[in-house]
Amino acid sequence: MRKNRIFWGAIAPIAAIFTSMVLMYIILSLRGADPFALFKLMVSYGFDPRNLVSELNLTVSYYLAGVAAAIGFKMLLFNIGIDGQYRMGAFFGAVVGAAIDLPPILHVAVIIIVAMIAGGLWAAIAGYLKVRRGVSEVISNIMLNFIAAAIIAFLLSPKLLGSLPEGSQNVQTKPIPASGQMPTIKIFDGEVYSVLFLAIFVGIAYWIMLNKTVFGFNLRATGLSFRAARSSGVNAPGMIFVTTVLSGAIAGLVGIGTLLSDTHSYSMAFPSGFAFTGLSLAILGRNHPVGIFFAAFLWSFLERAGQVLEFEGIPPEIVIVMQGTIVLSIVIAYEVVARINLKQQQRAVGKVAAEPVIEAEVK
Amino acid sequence: MKNILEVSGIEKKYPGVVANRDVSLLVREGTIHAIIGENGAGKSTLMKTLYGLIRPDAGEIKVFGEAVTLKSPQDAIALGIGMVHQHFKLADNATVLENVILGSEPSRFGFVIKYDEARKKLLEIAKTYQLDIDPDEQLANLGVGERQRVEIAKVLFRGAKILILDEPTAVLVPQEVTELFANLRELVKKGLTVLFISHKLDEVLSISDDITVMRQGTTVATLTPAGTSKKALAELMVGGELPKPIAGALVVSPESILSMKDVSYSRADGREILHSLNLDLHGGEILGLAGVEGNGQSELIELVMGLLKANSGSVEVLGLDALTTLTRDIRDAGVGYIPQDRQRDGLLMAAPLWENRILGHQFATPMAKGIWIDKHAAAEDSKRIVEEFDVRTPGVNVLSSALSGGNQQKFIVGRELSGDPKLIIAAQPTRGVDVGAQAIIWDHLMQARSRGAGILLISADLEELFSLSDRIAVIYSGSIVSVLDPAKTTPEDLGLAMTGATK
Repeated sequence: MRKNRIFWGAIAPIAAIFTSMVLMYIILSLRGADPFALFKLMVSYGFDPRNLVSELNLTVSYYLAGVAAAIGFKMLLFNIGIDGQYRMGAFFGAVVGAAIDLPPILHVAVIIIVAMIAGGLWAAIAGYLKVRRGVSEVISNIMLNFIAAAIIAFLLSPKLLGSLPEGSQNVQTKPIPASGQMPTIKIFDGEVYSVLFLAIFVGIAYWIMLNKTVFGFNLRATGLSFRAARSSGVNAPGMIFVTTVLSGAIAGLVGIGTLLSDTHSYSMAFPSGFAFTGLSLAILGRNHPVGIFFAAFLWSFLERAGQVLEFEGIPPEIVIVMQGTIVLSIVIAYEVVARINLKQQQRAVGKVAAEPVIEAEVK
Repeated sequence: MKNILEVSGIEKKYPGVVANRDVSLLVREGTIHAIIGENGAGKSTLMKTLYGLIRPDAGEIKVFGEAVTLKSPQDAIALGIGMVHQHFKLADNATVLENVILGSEPSRFGFVIKYDEARKKLLEIAKTYQLDIDPDEQLANLGVGERQRVEIAKVLFRGAKILILDEPTAVLVPQEVTELFANLRELVKKGLTVLFISHKLDEVLSISDDITVMRQGTTVATLTPAGTSKKALAELMVGGELPKPIAGALVVSPESILSMKDVSYSRADGREILHSLNLDLHGGEILGLAGVEGNGQSELIELVMGLLKANSGSVEVLGLDALTTLTRDIRDAGVGYIPQDRQRDGLLMAAPLWENRILGHQFATPMAKGIWIDKHAAAEDSKRIVEEFDVRTPGVNVLSSALSGGNQQKFIVGRELSGDPKLIIAAQPTRGVDVGAQAIIWDHLMQARSRGAGILLISADLEELFSLSDRIAVIYSGSIVSVLDPAKTTPEDLGLAMTGATK
């Protein structure tokens, strides 16, 4: 039964990737390019060791965004506010990290905790509005993303929390001292951020929390059926609020790798778009920590490898088409698989219910 | 009288399951012919075959003496076979007339609907068969019984001579059942034929001319009401003797385990649902709560479970104040709760059975150890429930949505009786459940009573109330209007009390 489940779980993503490759093939052929040669080029570029390192670092950020989205999905929450929560986390992490002076490990820990609190509190606004005022978290989170970006832009003014380093046009927070920086691992001329280990820990903790604890059971129960959870004694509105905050806290970690291992300060140059990516990855990885990892790696691989297309005169935006196709196909494929599974189970149940018939015939 | 419908040797197999085999049926013209059987006995498969929704693997169907092949419902309708589904297929935002003609609109040039003609035809049907319907009423304003009449009119509008009614009484209150039966008698008087699917034996005996019993996919007997009894029918359905509930001696404990005093509750929109309600339940007794649905039963249950808070009065559950106690603490104190809407309130449909075993028991041993869920204990205890309550499932890893309704209910009852609760709130414990499962559930409730548990039994099934209750409280418009002794009360008296008639 377990083997069967893994088979059906894997067949859907493979079918989705295949579908998107067929579409890519058609588009590239229409442009008069040789699709197979380009695929080959993308693969060899993407698996180039130096590129692998930067893909891995991006994977970690994507992974955390994916886990944040997955926690929300388990509660039927569409946390599109990951962008705002990540910005709040990275910004306040950077500000507090630069303002305090602590021994190395403690310093990093404080920054990480501050980032989680900032992300969590920012999400709490949407959580409160949903539970107490019935506001859809999608609407409030979209607004909160804009508000977060505006607040940070305001606070980044050199008169307030920002600074303008000499000879630079880019306002940023004051640099975090060495004690608050995270080490990197040097491989293949590249540097892997050590936040990788934090991400692995988050993935494991997420899985244990969800599948092994009473809290995780209550979370899933509320997501599966609000009314049934409430009847069973779960404080269902409270669970929705706590889950929103938890999702925001994880989102607050998305920028930590870049901040503590690379830039050491927050600036407006920090990338955006983690909300949509995180949601896509959670869907692709079926909210499973391992699945999300593979999805995150696929995403950053495609984005990195897609850059090589530019040298061949193909716009790299085609990668976005590919990602979109994968997400669309996966949603359909998972639904099909889910229906097949239910059919199989009903058939198995039917067999048991029909067993007396066979007995009667033997008599 | 000739046979309007002859079915012989029908067989339908699905991979691994024989849904119908060697089914034969003779239906006389102008009669009400009941088909009875447990859930999963093959009634629905047979009816779907007759309506052209399923094509059988083998066998023959004759309508008016001629062999026919039914490829689709359109074929069935053309032959004069119509079906009234258990779950109505009507549009709320349209009028009765629009609903009736939908899909078979009389039209000019194929697109201008001839409403006048349609209205005339519908009124004629209503008059002929004495169906009380208003063509211009909005469907949204109609109650369940009226909606059913619209469904019947819809089928008649299409010229049906044979009507198939799939469990028509499952959704009706006693008064509506009486009306429906009057309508059905009128239909057969005018020469139509009715196929009536049910598993309520009392109704079947009172309305039918012929009764065909199905069991395990095949027809086992055809009888007349005069030539059989309820007990005989039940035994034919389950294929053996029914387990009898053993009524232990009534030992009522002196202190009450549930006490509601002067309870009033109003909804947020100001409508008063419960009005100075008083109720008292002792350990060791079953208190039936009778009432037409919507008289405050749901709110009463939610108040007891701590899911709603009363505006005034007191609710005491096992010594706890339900107005200030969390639902989880009420449950942990020893309250079992069988909700009336099992799929929405009682189960996680997309979760496996063993996880559903935990639901409602996730805060205490044996299902939880501290902050951890005990999967092993949950799976083991689920297996026990599957065994003791005869839940038909290949295992406890199956999703609860894959089980049939009756089996879901048996599992819920098993779960809620686990850990020997002191108070059991049983709302419609056997609704939509076949006789075999009903006997099992009743038996376990009686056992719980003998053990000293107090049971509040909320039921729309008068037979259930009379069979199980030690006392019957009648709720009407948010208050308990009388408490009756079932041994000294007739169903008619109870029905009268339920409608608020004062003596």
